[in-house]
Amino acid sequence: MISHLRTMWLVFIHLFKKKVTIEYPEKRVELPPRWRGRIVLTKDPDGGERCVGCYLCAAACPVDCIALQATETEEGRRYPEFFRINFSRCIFCGYCEEACPTYAIQLIPDFEMAEYKRQDLVYEKEDLLINSQGKYPGYNFYNVAGLDAGVKEKGKGKDEEKPVDVKSLLP
Amino acid sequence: MTVMQHIWIVLGVLFVFLNIAAGLIWVERRLLAMWQDRLGPNRAGPLGLFIVLADTLKLFFKEDWIPPFADKWVFILAPAIVVASVLMGLAIVPFAPGIVVADLNVGLMFFLAMSSLGVYSIVLGGWASNNKYSLLGALRGASQMIAYEVFMGLSLMGVVMLSKSFNLTDIVAAQENMWFIVTQPVGFVIFFIAGLAETHRLPFDIPEAESELIAGFHSEYSGMKFGMFFIGEYLGISLISAMTVTLFFGGWLGPAFLPPVVWFFLKTFVFIGIFILMRASLPRPRYDQLIGYGWKLLLPLVLLNLLVTGAIALWLRS
Amino acid sequence: MSLVFYISSFVAILATIMVITRHDPIHALLYLVASFLAIAVTFLSLGAPFAAALEVIVYAGAIIVLFIFVVMMLNLGKETANQEKGWLRLRVWLGPSILVLVLLAEMIVVLLQPQPTAMPAAVVTPREVSLSLYGEYIIAVELVGFLLMTGIVGAAHIGKHKKKNLHRYLQTYPNLN
Repeated sequence: MISHLRTMWLVFIHLFKKKVTIEYPEKRVELPPRWRGRIVLTKDPDGGERCVGCYLCAAACPVDCIALQATETEEGRRYPEFFRINFSRCIFCGYCEEACPTYAIQLIPDFEMAEYKRQDLVYEKEDLLINSQGKYPGYNFYNVAGLDAGVKEKGKGKDEEKPVDVKSLLP
Repeated sequence: MTVMQHIWIVLGVLFVFLNIAAGLIWVERRLLAMWQDRLGPNRAGPLGLFIVLADTLKLFFKEDWIPPFADKWVFILAPAIVVASVLMGLAIVPFAPGIVVADLNVGLMFFLAMSSLGVYSIVLGGWASNNKYSLLGALRGASQMIAYEVFMGLSLMGVVMLSKSFNLTDIVAAQENMWFIVTQPVGFVIFFIAGLAETHRLPFDIPEAESELIAGFHSEYSGMKFGMFFIGEYLGISLISAMTVTLFFGGWLGPAFLPPVVWFFLKTFVFIGIFILMRASLPRPRYDQLIGYGWKLLLPLVLLNLLVTGAIALWLRS
Repeated sequence: MSLVFYISSFVAILATIMVITRHDPIHALLYLVASFLAIAVTFLSLGAPFAAALEVIVYAGAIIVLFIFVVMMLNLGKETANQEKGWLRLRVWLGPSILVLVLLAEMIVVLLQPQPTAMPAAVVTPREVSLSLYGEYIIAVELVGFLLMTGIVGAAHIGKHKKKNLHRYLQTYPNLN
């Protein structure tokens, strides 16, 4: 009986405690920078698409919500012809970000994606591409890749060895 | 008192208590939230008060579904009983000198009679739903409410002994010098616990026990039929609070700087708050614990209280 | 007040007839409740509010609830209703009805005798009820108390079961402990 009254008193005291509710639309939630929210496709420092259409994100996706088709420019630079994420399927697990070899696909701290129509949750490449480098500023995949795709010539990269001249016998 | 005055009092009591019951939707949600360090509904209208309107509209526009396997007429009858019995019980509560719907000389018995009829809503609702969880809820509700009705009646007999009347106006008048909470503390505690069990409010919400029985006796109800159970529960809280105030806390009596009606409702709201506080703080007992607690602890206690009260009353008179 | 009396008596009789003719036990019990409530109103119109309140509390509020409780536990379904329907044949109820009708006719004849007695209008207060219960009828009250005590003791005896705190392994091999 006494313990019950004590419980009731302790609960009653909570009337005057600070409330933990954040009144959302007026006050914003403090999201940590690594929050896994909306998925974006980032760009190189020089404005080119980072995505090389390797399909690793689509393979890693546990709910199969990513669809893309890779293609190439005349210079040999790969890019996705279309890149589609169905956010009504996406579970925001972040495996695509982990799988991406070029830091192209990234999850950003934004969750305000509600739509009235389900179809509006299917994001195309235009919706996904942002004009930013995301979490890795200054990174350009083609700067460290051994491929000449119009960014740098073969063997001109930092710490990159010259390409082997297969026609020469010299070591 | 003229007929017109009488009609005005009836309409006034109906209006006030139905509004209190509806307003309790908001009060309960806000208070529960506050006690859990949340804010509760605060968006619709000033302080979120329009949540009451929104809830009512929602209940009205929901599909009013009667399951094909249910016993149709009993199914419809059950939710009406709960509201009707509680509103009938409110008829004998004196709010202020002269403001009472029916000043019966067996007022307290009438209150007990009406609260005992309230059992039917649970039993019939649970049985008519033809659903095993509803039936279990109904069985629990029936045994719980019948058991606690006994203690409720017996706990009030001490008050009757002291005031020498079943009439509630007389009972309030008898508390002019000293409220009965001073002379009948055991009676008050048992009446409050029994009232909690009669209105099947948490922590004694064993007939509905959502974690065990879905929603117990009203699992199959929707729309305004469910709304009747909902509003009936809040009306029950108001009734028990009003009765507690009338019987143990001097009803409308209070210092003269406020009118009697205001005193009455202030006290009533304190008890409504305690009802909600109990919901916020206490866990639900097991079914056999509840019944055992009633028969093994409360019954001897209430009989002892009755004996001691009678003995002292006799001793004082001689 | 006599109009109230006649209306409620009529309702009581009607409800009781419905109790007998219902096939579904719960529906029958519901009509029984209605009948009890009507009888309570009859008491009230005769100036016995205390008896009326007791009628509602004890009969309508507790005993019939227990009846319904038991019927619910038995889970009587469609089959029982059909069985009831089978039992309620003409030749089953004809005999008793004729006998009761004879009694009714006798009662009507008795009632029609020219002895106009007005209905008692005096209100019996709870005070008078309790004074007569604990004065005039004290022996009867005590005896009823004994009877109820026997009932409670009997129920406690039936409900009591020996506590076994043995593990079931020890129950199968009692030599071990």
